[in-house]
Amino acid sequence: MTDNNRICPVEALEVLRAHRTEEVVVTTMGTSREWMRLSAHPLDFNYVPSSMGQATSLGLGVALAQPNRKVVVCNGDGSMLMNLGTLVTITAQAPANYTLILFENGAYEVTGAQGTPGSETVRGPGRAIDYADIARGCGFESVFQFDTLDDWRSNIANALNAAGPTFVWLKVALIPGSEGPKSPGPSPERATRFAAALQSGS
Amino acid sequence: MFTGSEIVDLLTRLGISHVVWIPDSTLGMWDEALSAAENLEVVRVCREGETWPVAAGLALGGATPVVMIQCTGLFESGDALRNILHDYKVPLFAFIGYRSYLSDATIPNDSACKYAEPILDVWNIDYRLIDVPEKLAVIEEHYRSCREAGQPGAALIAEGKA
Repeated sequence: MTDNNRICPVEALEVLRAHRTEEVVVTTMGTSREWMRLSAHPLDFNYVPSSMGQATSLGLGVALAQPNRKVVVCNGDGSMLMNLGTLVTITAQAPANYTLILFENGAYEVTGAQGTPGSETVRGPGRAIDYADIARGCGFESVFQFDTLDDWRSNIANALNAAGPTFVWLKVALIPGSEGPKSPGPSPERATRFAAALQSGS
Repeated sequence: MFTGSEIVDLLTRLGISHVVWIPDSTLGMWDEALSAAENLEVVRVCREGETWPVAAGLALGGATPVVMIQCTGLFESGDALRNILHDYKVPLFAFIGYRSYLSDATIPNDSACKYAEPILDVWNIDYRLIDVPEKLAVIEEHYRSCREAGQPGAALIAEGKA
Protein backbone atom coordinates (compact mmCIF):
# COMPACT_ATOMS: atom_id res chain seq x y z
CA MET A 1 0.00 0.00 0.00
CA THR A 2 2.97 2.35 -0.34
CA ASP A 3 2.00 5.59 -2.03
CA ASN A 4 5.03 7.06 -3.74
CA ASN A 5 3.26 10.39 -4.14
CA ARG A 6 3.19 10.91 -0.41
CA ILE A 7 5.89 12.11 1.95
CA CYS A 8 8.06 9.46 3.55
CA PRO A 9 7.31 9.90 7.28
CA VAL A 10 10.87 9.10 8.28
CA GLU A 11 12.19 11.81 6.01
CA ALA A 12 9.57 14.21 7.37
CA LEU A 13 10.81 13.52 10.88
CA GLU A 14 14.41 13.96 9.74
CA VAL A 15 13.45 17.44 8.56
CA LEU A 16 11.97 18.14 11.99
CA ARG A 17 15.09 16.86 13.70
CA ALA A 18 17.29 19.07 11.52
CA HIS A 19 15.31 22.18 12.48
CA ARG A 20 14.65 21.32 16.09
CA THR A 21 16.53 23.32 18.68
CA GLU A 22 15.07 23.38 22.21
CA GLU A 23 11.48 22.51 21.41
CA VAL A 24 9.72 19.84 23.42
CA VAL A 25 8.81 17.02 21.02
CA VAL A 26 6.01 14.64 21.96
CA THR A 27 5.56 11.64 19.67
CA THR A 28 3.22 8.67 19.71
CA MET A 29 2.54 5.43 17.84
CA GLY A 30 4.33 5.39 14.46
CA THR A 31 6.03 8.74 14.97
CA SER A 32 7.49 7.45 18.26
CA ARG A 33 8.81 4.35 16.55
CA GLU A 34 10.76 6.44 14.07
CA TRP A 35 11.66 9.39 16.34
CA MET A 36 13.33 7.07 18.83
CA ARG A 37 15.75 6.11 16.07
CA LEU A 38 16.46 9.71 15.15
CA SER A 39 16.66 11.60 18.42
CA ALA A 40 17.61 11.23 22.07
CA HIS A 41 17.03 14.74 23.35
CA PRO A 42 16.07 15.29 27.01
CA LEU A 43 13.00 17.19 25.84
CA ASP A 44 11.76 14.27 23.76
CA PHE A 45 8.77 12.45 25.17
CA ASN A 46 8.07 9.27 23.27
CA TYR A 47 4.57 8.59 24.55
CA VAL A 48 4.83 4.81 24.47
CA PRO A 49 2.89 3.08 25.95
CA SER A 50 0.08 5.47 25.28
CA SER A 51 -3.60 5.87 25.75
CA MET A 52 -4.30 6.16 22.04
CA GLY A 53 -5.31 9.64 21.02
CA GLN A 54 -4.01 11.40 24.11
CA ALA A 55 -0.59 12.66 22.97
CA THR A 56 -2.19 15.94 21.90
CA SER A 57 -3.73 16.36 25.34
CA LEU A 58 -0.52 15.55 27.18
CA GLY A 59 1.33 18.02 24.98
CA LEU A 60 -1.28 20.65 25.74
CA GLY A 61 -0.68 20.25 29.46
CA VAL A 62 3.05 20.66 28.94
CA ALA A 63 2.52 23.75 26.81
CA LEU A 64 0.31 25.34 29.46
CA ALA A 65 2.73 24.57 32.27
CA GLN A 66 5.73 25.73 30.27
CA PRO A 67 4.61 28.72 28.22
CA ASN A 68 8.18 29.72 27.45
CA ARG A 69 8.94 26.44 25.71
CA LYS A 70 7.69 25.50 22.28
CA VAL A 71 5.88 22.17 22.24
CA VAL A 72 5.61 20.08 19.08
CA VAL A 73 3.25 17.10 19.09
CA CYS A 74 3.61 14.51 16.31
CA ASN A 75 0.33 12.66 15.94
CA GLY A 76 -1.16 10.14 13.53
CA ASP A 77 -4.58 10.43 11.92
CA GLY A 78 -5.92 7.35 13.70
CA SER A 79 -4.96 8.95 16.99
CA MET A 80 -6.32 12.30 15.84
CA LEU A 81 -9.72 10.84 15.05
CA MET A 82 -9.82 9.06 18.38
CA ASN A 83 -9.63 12.37 20.21
CA LEU A 84 -10.85 14.96 17.72
CA GLY A 85 -12.34 17.10 20.47
CA THR A 86 -8.80 17.84 21.59
CA LEU A 87 -8.58 20.34 18.73
CA VAL A 88 -11.30 22.38 20.37
CA THR A 89 -9.76 21.98 23.81
CA ILE A 90 -6.42 23.21 22.46
CA THR A 91 -7.81 26.29 20.77
CA ALA A 92 -9.93 27.16 23.79
CA GLN A 93 -6.68 27.46 25.72
CA ALA A 94 -4.94 28.99 22.69
CA PRO A 95 -1.36 28.26 23.68
CA ALA A 96 0.88 30.25 21.35
CA ASN A 97 3.68 27.76 21.98
CA TYR A 98 1.83 24.67 20.71
CA THR A 99 2.33 23.03 17.31
CA LEU A 100 0.48 19.90 16.29
CA ILE A 101 1.91 18.01 13.32
CA LEU A 102 -0.50 15.48 11.86
CA PHE A 103 1.18 12.60 10.05
CA GLU A 104 -1.77 11.47 7.98
CA ASN A 105 -1.44 8.17 6.15
CA GLY A 106 -5.12 7.23 6.12
CA ALA A 107 -4.62 4.02 8.04
CA TYR A 108 -4.07 2.32 11.34
CA GLU A 109 -0.55 1.45 10.29
CA VAL A 110 0.64 -0.65 13.20
CA THR A 111 -2.38 -2.95 13.21
CA GLY A 112 -2.06 -3.88 9.54
CA ALA A 113 -2.92 -0.71 7.67
CA GLN A 114 -6.69 -0.87 7.92
CA GLY A 115 -8.23 2.38 6.67
CA THR A 116 -9.35 5.02 9.15
CA PRO A 117 -12.92 6.35 8.91
CA GLY A 118 -11.42 9.57 7.61
CA SER A 119 -9.60 7.99 4.70
CA GLU A 120 -10.42 7.78 1.04
CA THR A 121 -9.93 4.04 1.33
CA VAL A 122 -12.98 3.81 3.56
CA ARG A 123 -15.03 6.80 2.39
CA GLY A 124 -14.46 6.58 -1.34
CA PRO A 125 -12.62 8.64 -3.95
CA GLY A 126 -12.54 12.34 -3.23
CA ARG A 127 -14.29 11.94 0.13
CA ALA A 128 -11.30 11.86 2.48
CA ILE A 129 -11.54 14.18 5.45
CA ASP A 130 -9.96 17.62 5.05
CA TYR A 131 -7.98 18.06 8.24
CA ALA A 132 -6.94 21.61 7.38
CA ASP A 133 -10.60 22.61 7.20
CA ILE A 134 -11.21 20.95 10.55
CA ALA A 135 -8.27 22.75 12.12
CA ARG A 136 -9.38 26.10 10.73
CA GLY A 137 -12.92 25.47 11.88
CA CYS A 138 -11.68 24.66 15.34
CA GLY A 139 -9.84 27.95 15.51
CA PHE A 140 -6.16 27.14 15.05
CA GLU A 141 -4.28 30.37 14.61
CA SER A 142 -2.01 28.98 11.87
CA VAL A 143 -2.75 26.04 9.58
CA PHE A 144 -0.35 24.50 7.08
CA GLN A 145 -0.69 21.63 4.66
CA PHE A 146 2.26 19.99 2.94
CA ASP A 147 1.95 17.36 0.24
CA THR A 148 5.61 17.00 -0.65
CA LEU A 149 8.82 16.66 1.26
CA ASP A 150 10.30 19.66 -0.53
CA ASP A 151 7.39 21.83 0.59
CA TRP A 152 7.79 20.63 4.15
CA ARG A 153 11.54 21.19 4.11
CA SER A 154 11.15 24.65 2.61
CA ASN A 155 8.47 25.79 5.03
CA ILE A 156 9.12 24.05 8.32
CA ALA A 157 10.76 27.14 9.79
CA ASN A 158 7.68 29.19 8.94
CA ALA A 159 5.45 26.55 10.49
CA LEU A 160 7.46 26.26 13.69
CA ASN A 161 7.69 30.04 14.04
CA ALA A 162 4.08 30.83 13.16
CA ALA A 163 1.68 32.28 15.69
CA GLY A 164 0.22 29.37 17.59
CA PRO A 165 -1.58 27.27 18.21
CA THR A 166 -0.42 25.82 14.91
CA PHE A 167 -1.70 22.85 12.96
CA VAL A 168 0.47 21.18 10.31
CA TRP A 169 -0.96 18.48 8.06
CA LEU A 170 1.60 16.24 6.41
CA LYS A 171 0.32 13.73 3.88
CA VAL A 172 2.64 10.82 4.53
CA ALA A 173 3.03 7.35 3.08
CA LEU A 174 2.35 4.14 4.88
CA ILE A 175 5.34 2.08 5.89
CA PRO A 176 4.26 -1.42 4.86
CA GLY A 177 4.63 -4.10 7.48
CA SER A 178 5.64 -1.72 10.20
CA GLU A 179 5.11 -2.68 13.79
CA GLY A 180 3.98 -0.70 16.77
CA PRO A 181 6.62 1.16 18.75
CA LYS A 182 8.28 -0.65 21.61
CA SER A 183 8.56 1.08 24.95
CA PRO A 184 12.00 2.65 25.17
CA GLY A 185 12.28 1.89 28.86
CA PRO A 186 10.45 2.01 32.18
CA SER A 187 7.68 4.55 31.84
CA PRO A 188 7.77 6.13 35.33
CA GLU A 189 11.49 6.76 35.11
CA ARG A 190 11.13 8.29 31.66
CA ALA A 191 8.35 10.54 32.92
CA THR A 192 10.51 11.63 35.85
CA ARG A 193 13.47 12.41 33.59
CA PHE A 194 11.25 14.31 31.19
CA ALA A 195 9.77 16.34 34.05
CA ALA A 196 13.25 17.18 35.32
CA ALA A 197 14.32 18.33 31.85
CA LEU A 198 11.17 20.39 31.45
CA GLN A 199 11.51 22.08 34.79
CA SER A 200 15.23 22.77 34.56
CA GLY A 201 15.69 26.45 33.91
CA SER A 202 11.98 27.10 33.89
CA MET B 1 -22.75 20.20 49.34
CA PHE B 2 -20.15 22.95 48.89
CA THR B 3 -20.21 26.45 47.52
CA GLY B 4 -17.85 27.55 44.79
CA SER B 5 -16.03 29.82 47.18
CA GLU B 6 -15.50 26.97 49.63
CA ILE B 7 -13.94 24.90 46.84
CA VAL B 8 -11.78 27.77 45.64
CA ASP B 9 -10.59 28.37 49.19
CA LEU B 10 -9.75 24.68 49.51
CA LEU B 11 -7.89 24.56 46.20
CA THR B 12 -6.00 27.71 47.11
CA ARG B 13 -4.93 26.25 50.44
CA LEU B 14 -3.71 23.18 48.59
CA GLY B 15 -1.70 25.23 46.12
CA ILE B 16 -3.62 23.98 43.09
CA SER B 17 -2.72 25.78 39.86
CA HIS B 18 -5.14 24.23 37.35
CA VAL B 19 -8.54 22.55 37.42
CA VAL B 20 -8.95 20.26 34.42
CA TRP B 21 -12.62 19.62 34.16
CA ILE B 22 -15.95 18.92 32.63
CA PRO B 23 -18.79 20.12 34.84
CA ASP B 24 -21.88 18.22 35.82
CA SER B 25 -24.88 19.84 37.42
CA THR B 26 -23.24 19.83 40.84
CA LEU B 27 -19.64 20.63 39.93
CA GLY B 28 -20.94 23.19 37.47
CA MET B 29 -22.20 25.32 40.33
CA TRP B 30 -18.57 26.10 41.10
CA ASP B 31 -17.82 27.44 37.62
CA GLU B 32 -18.17 31.12 38.40
CA ALA B 33 -16.01 30.95 41.50
CA LEU B 34 -13.37 28.80 39.82
CA SER B 35 -13.24 31.07 36.80
CA ALA B 36 -12.90 34.17 38.95
CA ALA B 37 -10.24 32.76 41.22
CA GLU B 38 -6.82 34.32 41.09
CA ASN B 39 -3.92 31.93 40.64
CA LEU B 40 -6.25 29.20 39.38
CA GLU B 41 -6.74 28.27 35.74
CA VAL B 42 -9.68 26.22 34.53
CA VAL B 43 -8.86 23.95 31.59
CA ARG B 44 -12.11 23.01 29.90
CA VAL B 45 -11.84 19.79 27.93
CA CYS B 46 -14.32 18.18 25.56
CA ARG B 47 -14.30 14.66 26.91
CA GLU B 48 -13.13 13.25 30.21
CA GLY B 49 -10.42 11.09 28.67
CA GLU B 50 -8.52 14.29 27.99
CA THR B 51 -8.44 15.33 31.62
CA TRP B 52 -5.80 12.82 32.75
CA PRO B 53 -3.20 13.46 30.02
CA VAL B 54 -3.75 17.23 30.15
CA ALA B 55 -3.28 17.14 33.91
CA ALA B 56 -0.26 14.85 33.51
CA GLY B 57 1.36 17.25 31.06
CA LEU B 58 0.74 20.07 33.50
CA ALA B 59 2.21 18.09 36.37
CA LEU B 60 5.28 17.04 34.38
CA GLY B 61 5.76 20.68 33.49
CA GLY B 62 5.78 21.68 37.13
CA ALA B 63 2.18 22.78 37.66
CA THR B 64 -0.17 21.43 40.34
CA PRO B 65 -3.40 20.37 38.66
CA VAL B 66 -6.46 18.47 39.79
CA VAL B 67 -8.98 16.62 37.64
CA MET B 68 -12.65 17.41 38.23
CA ILE B 69 -15.26 15.22 36.50
CA GLN B 70 -18.42 13.23 37.18
CA CYS B 71 -18.24 9.49 37.79
CA THR B 72 -19.67 8.89 34.32
CA GLY B 73 -16.61 10.67 33.00
CA LEU B 74 -14.47 8.45 35.19
CA PHE B 75 -15.96 5.48 33.37
CA GLU B 76 -15.35 7.09 29.99
CA SER B 77 -11.77 7.95 30.77
CA GLY B 78 -10.62 4.56 32.02
CA ASP B 79 -7.86 3.93 29.50
CA ALA B 80 -6.42 7.40 29.87
CA LEU B 81 -6.25 7.20 33.66
CA ARG B 82 -4.83 3.66 33.48
CA ASN B 83 -2.03 4.91 31.28
CA ILE B 84 -1.27 8.08 33.22
CA LEU B 85 -1.70 6.83 36.78
CA HIS B 86 -0.43 3.28 36.39
CA ASP B 87 1.94 3.19 33.39
CA TYR B 88 3.62 6.54 34.04
CA LYS B 89 2.72 6.75 37.72
CA VAL B 90 1.85 10.41 37.62
CA PRO B 91 0.12 10.85 41.00
CA LEU B 92 -2.88 12.95 40.04
CA PHE B 93 -5.73 13.82 42.36
CA ALA B 94 -9.34 13.99 41.21
CA PHE B 95 -12.63 15.39 42.39
CA ILE B 96 -15.26 12.98 41.14
CA GLY B 97 -18.97 13.69 41.26
CA TYR B 98 -20.91 10.73 42.64
CA ARG B 99 -24.09 10.90 40.59
CA SER B 100 -27.35 9.96 42.29
CA TYR B 101 -25.70 9.05 45.59
CA LEU B 102 -27.83 11.39 47.67
CA SER B 103 -30.97 10.91 45.62
CA ASP B 104 -31.84 8.84 42.60
CA ALA B 105 -35.08 10.70 41.95
CA THR B 106 -33.83 11.92 38.59
CA ILE B 107 -32.49 8.54 37.46
CA PRO B 108 -33.96 5.75 39.60
CA ASN B 109 -31.58 2.84 40.14
CA ASP B 110 -28.84 4.83 38.45
CA SER B 111 -26.13 2.40 37.34
CA ALA B 112 -23.62 5.26 37.48
CA CYS B 113 -24.09 5.25 41.23
CA LYS B 114 -23.83 1.47 41.45
CA TYR B 115 -20.49 1.23 39.67
CA ALA B 116 -18.61 4.34 40.81
CA GLU B 117 -16.93 2.88 43.87
CA PRO B 118 -16.19 -0.54 42.35
CA ILE B 119 -14.55 1.18 39.40
CA LEU B 120 -12.40 3.32 41.68
CA ASP B 121 -11.39 0.19 43.54
CA VAL B 122 -10.53 -1.64 40.33
CA TRP B 123 -8.37 1.24 39.16
CA ASN B 124 -6.66 1.21 42.54
CA ILE B 125 -7.49 4.83 43.28
CA ASP B 126 -7.51 5.63 46.98
CA TYR B 127 -10.62 7.72 47.52
CA ARG B 128 -12.63 9.28 50.28
CA LEU B 129 -16.39 9.49 50.15
CA ILE B 130 -17.50 13.04 50.82
CA ASP B 131 -21.18 12.74 51.64
CA VAL B 132 -21.71 15.53 54.16
CA PRO B 133 -20.47 19.14 54.18
CA GLU B 134 -18.55 18.50 57.37
CA LYS B 135 -16.13 16.36 55.37
CA LEU B 136 -14.56 19.26 53.47
CA ALA B 137 -11.53 18.91 55.71
CA VAL B 138 -11.27 15.25 54.72
CA ILE B 139 -10.55 16.27 51.15
CA GLU B 140 -7.69 18.49 52.28
CA GLU B 141 -6.29 15.83 54.54
CA HIS B 142 -6.53 13.14 51.85
CA TYR B 143 -4.99 15.35 49.18
CA ARG B 144 -2.01 16.16 51.37
CA SER B 145 -1.60 12.52 52.28
CA CYS B 146 -1.62 11.46 48.63
CA ARG B 147 0.86 14.17 47.68
CA GLU B 148 3.21 13.14 50.45
CA ALA B 149 3.00 9.50 49.41
CA GLY B 150 3.30 10.30 45.71
CA GLN B 151 0.12 8.34 45.05
CA PRO B 152 -3.00 9.16 43.06
CA GLY B 153 -6.18 9.83 44.95
CA ALA B 154 -9.71 11.08 44.70
CA ALA B 155 -12.49 12.77 46.56
CA LEU B 156 -15.83 11.22 45.66
CA ILE B 157 -18.33 14.04 46.01
CA ALA B 158 -21.85 12.82 46.71
CA GLU B 159 -24.43 14.40 44.45
CA GLY B 160 -28.18 14.54 44.61
CA LYS B 161 -29.13 14.92 40.99
CA ALA B 162 -27.90 13.93 37.58
